[in-house]
Amino acid sequence: MDKKAYDVAVIGGGPAGLAAAKAAAEAGAGKIAVIERDRELGGILQQCIHNGFGLRHFNEELTGPAYAERCLGLIKHLPGVCFYVDTMALAVQNDNTVVTSGPRGITAIKAGSVVLAMGCRERTRGAIRIAGTRPAGVFTAGAAQRMVNMEGVLPGNTAVILGSGDIGLIMARRLSIEGVRVMACLEIAPWSNGLTRNIVQCLDDYDIPLYLSHTISAIHGRDRVTGVTCVKVNEAFRPVAGSEFYLECDTVLLSVGLIPENELSRQMDLPLDPLTGGPVVDQNRQTAHTGVFAAGNVLHVHDLADFASEEGAIAGRAAALHSSGQLAAPPGVLPVIAGDGLRTVVPQLLSDPGGGENIRLFVRASRPREKVTLEAAAGGRVVFTRALPAARPSEMIVADLKTDRLPKTADHIVIRLT
Amino acid sequence: MAIETKCLSCIVCPLSCRLRAEIKDGKILSVSGNSCPRGEMYARNELTAPRRVFTSTVKIKNAFLPLLPVVSDGSLPKGKILDCALFLRSIEVSAPVRAGHVIVPDILGLGVNIVASRSMD
Ligand SMILES: Cc1cc2nc3c(=O)[nH]c(=O)nc-3n(C[C@H](O)[C@H](O)[C@H](O)COP(=O)(O)OP(=O)(O)OC[C@H]3O[C@@H](n4cnc5c(N)ncnc54)[C@H](O)[C@@H]3O)c2cc1C
Ligand code: SF4
Repeated sequence: MDKKAYDVAVIGGGPAGLAAAKAAAEAGAGKIAVIERDRELGGILQQCIHNGFGLRHFNEELTGPAYAERCLGLIKHLPGVCFYVDTMALAVQNDNTVVTSGPRGITAIKAGSVVLAMGCRERTRGAIRIAGTRPAGVFTAGAAQRMVNMEGVLPGNTAVILGSGDIGLIMARRLSIEGVRVMACLEIAPWSNGLTRNIVQCLDDYDIPLYLSHTISAIHGRDRVTGVTCVKVNEAFRPVAGSEFYLECDTVLLSVGLIPENELSRQMDLPLDPLTGGPVVDQNRQTAHTGVFAAGNVLHVHDLADFASEEGAIAGRAAALHSSGQLAAPPGVLPVIAGDGLRTVVPQLLSDPGGGENIRLFVRASRPREKVTLEAAAGGRVVFTRALPAARPSEMIVADLKTDRLPKTADHIVIRLT
Repeated sequence: MAIETKCLSCIVCPLSCRLRAEIKDGKILSVSGNSCPRGEMYARNELTAPRRVFTSTVKIKNAFLPLLPVVSDGSLPKGKILDCALFLRSIEVSAPVRAGHVIVPDILGLGVNIVASRSMD
């Protein structure tokens, strides 16, 4: 087996991985490997041809491919960064050696630190168990997106979209533009899971009805989908008898959520957060395995690539510091807990919280609310508050917490909405 | 005629402010609910002549992918988007292309160009 040595190895060449590589180089790492299984870098952005990227990171509204090209432009010329494309990371060993398989066979990349930036994958039909037959014509929205935008194939002529996640909404518009008739978008929750702007410009603009509190109860068709039975659901998500209606279609797109891609993390026995689906990390995005960091969608699903880049930079910098022995070993860890009104919080742990540093928190609300206050409490005291005009599960909330405000006696921190 | 109120969501940025416009005799008297001036601009345009940025793909030869993603370099009238999409189906370009290259100048005489979203060799 071929062997190579690097200061930092980054697994995944999407926005999080590219930002990690750049930040690692800036923090002094001399040799950095970026390992990407696809034939080119950029990650999921290459199939997201719509605009809406980069407002935070580049102060400009870009398409996905343009955002990827900008990110690449920032690191391509750096002498110490080496790209392995068409190369799959198969395992991360205990000594932080990444075993890869690529055009040159199996290569072991021994690294001081590893950054996991593998992104996420889509939940499939099996994960939500729809009744009915098993005909052709059922796709995840992201698979359909790749077909339409990169391969030049339309999935069908008439489509129904299940789930109001952003990918489903974006695909409703994309298919409409390409002449596919989109009959409806169904969402089981009483609110939409996508950004409001996507409801307006992807559904309303094309007169596509959105049925909230509705789901597909059966898919029909023998060889190919011929239609779906839709049904209203109550608060417990149980079907309401008598509310069924039928929609004719030859295609069903599923946009029912994303799951962090954590096969490697599981192999390494990294503790995962059941709510984010990603590894448990501290503020440096370091996992329970010393020298292994995680950022971007593999850690928790991001709605903005800009935040995935930002998080990649946090992890990349810390990875470089760890590999040169400058990242202080964590003397103790303080759990950060998602309290009332919140579903997830990242990071889940603070290491060495006495340093007076700024901790960037990414949290998600459990249900939509107007006019709320985001609050952090530790040791029986409120240490941080911020008023928010609204909190929606589809939009990540970002807050900076100064650690010198934390009482010495605190044994955990609760973040909540009041 | 009485003053009419119209509510809409701003789509300029992800904050999605809820906007209220007061309209009399087809004229917009005021816009409220916006957190920044772009929201007022959006409401005024949206209620009179809505515009959108348009993204799609065109065929490309000699590249490792069959399609090149493209974007309009400004917003165009919402009602013209499907016409633009239809027009792009007749276009084929050849690699190499650089990001920002004009693929269709002044599409359908609307005053905006269709440019390449990315480079492709
Ligand atoms: C349809 C859709 C629409 C979106 N719209 C917007 C928007 O309008 N605005 C916005 O800001 N954001 C948007 N986003 C979100 C944004 O694209 C993501 O948050 C961001 O791309 C996540 O970056 P990442 O680097 O974590 O993951 P990814 O971009 O998914 O990159 C992960 C990379 O890791 C590689 N990989 C995985 N496993 C391995 C392995 N074992 N070995 C080697 N390589 C591996 C993958 O091939 C991939 O290239 C959208 C996302 C989607 C899916
Ligand atoms: S009004 Fe301004 S802040 Fe509010 S959504 Fe529009 S652009 Fe964003």
